[in-house]
Amino acid sequence: MLHLWLIPAFPLAGFLLNGLFGRRAPKLFVNLVGVGSVALSFLWVLNTLAALGPLETPHIERYFTWIQSGELRIGFDLVADRLSAVMMLVVTGVGLLIHVYSIGYMAHESGYYRFFAYLNLFMFFMLLLVMAGNFLLLFVGWEGVGLCSYLLIGFWFLKKSAADAGKKAFIVNRIGDFGFSLAIYLIVAHFGTLDFDPVFAAVRERPLETDAGLLTLVALLLLVGATGKSAQVPLYVWLPDAMEGPTPVSALIHAATMVTAGVYMTARCAPIYLQAPIALEAVAWVGAFTAFFAATIGLAQHDIKKVFAYSTISQLGYMFLGAGVGAFSAGIYHLVTHAFFKALLFLGAGSVIHALGGEQDLRRMGGLRKQAPVTFWTLLCAAVAIAGVPPFSGFHSKDAILLAAHHHSPALYWIGVVTAALTAFYVFRALFLAFFGDYRGDPHHHPHESPPVMTVPLMALAALSLAGGYFGVPAWLEPMFPVSEPAHDVALVVVSVIAGLAGIATAWWFYVARPGLADRVAAQLGGLYQLVYNKYFVDEIYGAAVVRPVVEGSEKLAWRTLDVSVIDGMVNGLGARAQSLGDVLRRIQSGNVRSYAAWVLFGAVLVVVAFGFWGGWQ
Amino acid sequence: MNAVPLSWYLILSAVLFSLGVAGFLVRRNIITVFMSIELMLNAVNLSFVTFSYQFKQADGHIFTFFVMVVAAAEAAVGLAIILALVRTRRTLEVDEVNLLKF
Amino acid sequence: MTLLNLCLALPVAGFLLILAIPKENHRAIRTAALAVSLLVFGLSLGLAVRFDTSLPAYQFVTNVPWIASPAIRYHVGIDGLSLWLVILSTLLTPVGVLVSWRYIDRRVKEFYALLILMESGLIGVFVALDLFLFYVFWEVSLIPMYFLIGVWGHERRIYAAVKFFLFTMAGSVLMLAAIIYLYTQAATFDYPAILSLVAEGRLRFSPLEETLLFLGFFLAFAIKVPLFPLHTWLPDAHVEAPTAGSVILASVMLKMGTYGLLRFSLPLFPSASREHAPWIAVLAIIGIIYGALVAMVQPNMKKLVAYSSVSHLGFVVLGIFSFTQLGLDGAVYQMLNHGISTGALFVLVGFLYERRHSLEIADYGGVATPAPNLAVVFMITTLASIGLPVLNNFVGEYLVLQGTAQVNFRWTVFAAIGIILSACYMLWLYQRAFFGAAPEPVRAHVHDLSPREWSAILPLVVLMVWMGTATQTFLPPIGAANARILEHTRQNVEFHVKQRPPGAASAEVARAR
Repeated sequence: MLHLWLIPAFPLAGFLLNGLFGRRAPKLFVNLVGVGSVALSFLWVLNTLAALGPLETPHIERYFTWIQSGELRIGFDLVADRLSAVMMLVVTGVGLLIHVYSIGYMAHESGYYRFFAYLNLFMFFMLLLVMAGNFLLLFVGWEGVGLCSYLLIGFWFLKKSAADAGKKAFIVNRIGDFGFSLAIYLIVAHFGTLDFDPVFAAVRERPLETDAGLLTLVALLLLVGATGKSAQVPLYVWLPDAMEGPTPVSALIHAATMVTAGVYMTARCAPIYLQAPIALEAVAWVGAFTAFFAATIGLAQHDIKKVFAYSTISQLGYMFLGAGVGAFSAGIYHLVTHAFFKALLFLGAGSVIHALGGEQDLRRMGGLRKQAPVTFWTLLCAAVAIAGVPPFSGFHSKDAILLAAHHHSPALYWIGVVTAALTAFYVFRALFLAFFGDYRGDPHHHPHESPPVMTVPLMALAALSLAGGYFGVPAWLEPMFPVSEPAHDVALVVVSVIAGLAGIATAWWFYVARPGLADRVAAQLGGLYQLVYNKYFVDEIYGAAVVRPVVEGSEKLAWRTLDVSVIDGMVNGLGARAQSLGDVLRRIQSGNVRSYAAWVLFGAVLVVVAFGFWGGWQ
Repeated sequence: MNAVPLSWYLILSAVLFSLGVAGFLVRRNIITVFMSIELMLNAVNLSFVTFSYQFKQADGHIFTFFVMVVAAAEAAVGLAIILALVRTRRTLEVDEVNLLKF
Repeated sequence: MTLLNLCLALPVAGFLLILAIPKENHRAIRTAALAVSLLVFGLSLGLAVRFDTSLPAYQFVTNVPWIASPAIRYHVGIDGLSLWLVILSTLLTPVGVLVSWRYIDRRVKEFYALLILMESGLIGVFVALDLFLFYVFWEVSLIPMYFLIGVWGHERRIYAAVKFFLFTMAGSVLMLAAIIYLYTQAATFDYPAILSLVAEGRLRFSPLEETLLFLGFFLAFAIKVPLFPLHTWLPDAHVEAPTAGSVILASVMLKMGTYGLLRFSLPLFPSASREHAPWIAVLAIIGIIYGALVAMVQPNMKKLVAYSSVSHLGFVVLGIFSFTQLGLDGAVYQMLNHGISTGALFVLVGFLYERRHSLEIADYGGVATPAPNLAVVFMITTLASIGLPVLNNFVGEYLVLQGTAQVNFRWTVFAAIGIILSACYMLWLYQRAFFGAAPEPVRAHVHDLSPREWSAILPLVVLMVWMGTATQTFLPPIGAANARILEHTRQNVEFHVKQRPPGAASAEVARAR
């Protein structure tokens, strides 16, 4: 026993302490508990992994039976294998940096304790998610992080837009979870267990002919779950709105960890996907389409966080593309590097927003290079990493995915390359708009650099973004996934690097060398620009096609018509009939004794006549 | 013994009962109505006794006594009600006593 | 005198005690009601402690003649199915007393007397093992509720009370007819005796007989559950009832219906149950989705929670008519869960009403600012209600849907839609009531939880977490009882596994059955 349970238990304890006592406790206590618990968790991860060594076989610890009904037993089992080890390190490592950063970023917010309590709760559920030893426990973490996301997006609940965004995130995620849970039901109905190992073993062993349809269905349902949590088309709509939350939340939950849970889950279920080629193909195409689609929207956004949000969706699409072409380790690899540079992008954006006193609009920034040098240089590190400039981290992981994609289907490769160019463009666009040119914001506000408690995590993440490509994640994960390693093709690498550099150069041309050119191009494009600027009107379409019909249908059809008029109308009608029948019958009750007697006589005669006709009892 | 035939008693009883019913339905004076009820009871008594005699069983006699007792009790209560009625409403007309009407 | 008899008799004694207190002395009446209900709760915990899951029989049995002819016996006892429902009743009664502490200010004595009397009827329903006795308790629990709604309710209380009474009566009369018919056939009202006659095949019904008997019982239970489309009494009754009435009604009384289905309908009429299961399951699924959709657009909080009950109870019925161990376990678990979480929701809505004197959601907003603790508790309850893992409802819903999936996956798909919708209506309610800026009337009137209110709600919150994580405290007795019920539904039943859609796991179904 290595006490794996301590890893999620530390943040849970932090949540309980801060949640119960944080309101009255001094800030120092909140900080110590909030950050300390994650630090302990991180140290315990290191300690555990050091003790476990190379992890040739998964290390499973079973604690107690959570649910037992009939033959089905679902235990509270935690597992440490190579995949979850990577995830644990990313979650606790990046999580720790973001917690530290939050001390500075949230310093002046009311509900400070609440923020850290939620963050710790999130860490608990996220660790549960990546360490779960069976599908249902994974689902617990899955829903739990969704809850924390809801709470943290709606952290400023006085703002209606924040509360709306939180609710939207939860409900859209629920739609994804609907698919995930259906997959779980099918797995149990078919395999009789939810533990990963027996299920995957059964998947490998059983003949494909009988199970193919079922496995494809399961895999597609899992994909529905993944599209919800990882913001893929068509369920990505919640993530841009989720930027209503505080920026550290965007960095931790909506960039580095939670949204990658779908990728993790897909990789975890690789044995199922490998037996369901149709579903795997769907994963690849959903990923590729999302990557391209979200990148185009990112081109035209003015809110710095929205740019990065669409970038996240796009990069998650990359990861799905990687998983979908069978390169699960490349997908996870990109997940890791993305956690570094995207967390850095968001934290840097937070630093910019902090510097400008809450301003998020790129059109009101500019020239911050001098006032916020640390933020600028660290953001630049993240930007070159995401743009795929060699030899930084994004280059390695993106390349691994693109190579695998080309091996699978050149079309997917080319979509990836175009997306890479777009990515480089919009990230550098944001960078140039914020840090170059002249300051365009409120002239009375004087931008300033953030305090060290914020910049130190930025620098740490910058180092990781630059050097993250040399961690050897694919080699570490190789035993878990049967990869057909594609030949390393230099030409393909050169093409994608050129695409990235071209994106950067175009951004330079548009926003630094020729300011104003971008607006003229946008005006030229007209309708197309409007389409992209308005995010293809997807929210509006969903609103008109799904939300309004359901709400109005429920109100008018289900409630007022069916419930009140028809069903209750019948009930009340029955009551009214009974009353009117009573109205008729009460006329017999005239109060006149002799009329009663006449009725009695009439009845008696009737009885006698009846006997006469039908002959009595016999 | 050359007894009177059974049917004669029964016919008499039926005639008496019908008279009672007719009186009850037709007359308006409450005393007369009351008397009509007594007439019906006695008509029934007559057939009880007849059958009892015919079948050589005591049951009919016993019932007759029951009926007589009940009739006596009823007469007592009924007359008391009539008295109360006369005191309050100053009338013996049945049709004017319709307070029970819903 | 077994512990169980004490639990049944003490509320009656408490009823008499409260009647003996002068009616001006409100404080003494409340204290007496609280003391009695807490005492009963303590005793009922003793039932759980001394309950032996390994025994396959009813426990704490008393079986003495009550009426000689027809032979009606006072036969009570509990198994794993009734155990937790009894404890649920005894738990919710003190909660009902506590939430009425300030809420009820007229006819205080009558209120508490009826509340305590009702507890006895509720416990009796869950422990009676004589069909006639069951019927008596069934009606005994009905009458106090009728008065609670009719006397202490809101504006349209008379309409709601009469509607509630007539609906329930309509069903229970048919059940009485079925019980009497059973008596004419079996010559006994004793439930275990009838059951063994049925199981041994000495009492056989023609298909028509069995169908009619099944429907007689079923209608009574379905109205009580309530199953779509027999549910329209519920929103009215809940909206008009005082808080304690709503709490008991939702938490315990609705369970009488589902309990009856499990206890009587399934084992007594196994063939008819299986034969009618498809359309009942479809009604349950319609209820799940329909209740959720209608709940979503309610402007009135209590009505919203009432329709959500229709949705939640649909899961219970679906689980019962899946005829799988998982489904039955989930159904019973879900009964308890619904009792805890919906009871808590009504308690909390009652707290809000005591402050703002309105049930319209539009009259609230921003409550989280003046009452953070209330907001937190409401949030936890909301999350429990929408089936978030770690909290109680998730376990029940999971087991129900898992059990259903083993029989008919299409049912699972449609029923699972209800889980999406539950998030929609509950979170929307929460947002409208608690988030945003607080308007003036809310700031002026809404204050945070008082110690009395804490004591009413905290046990329920603790149970939500407990039942969501440590399910093994509760599930083993339930599972054992359900296994026996399932065993009964297999005896002397001629049925065939229906042809299932291709691609589904037909082999598993055969095994699960």
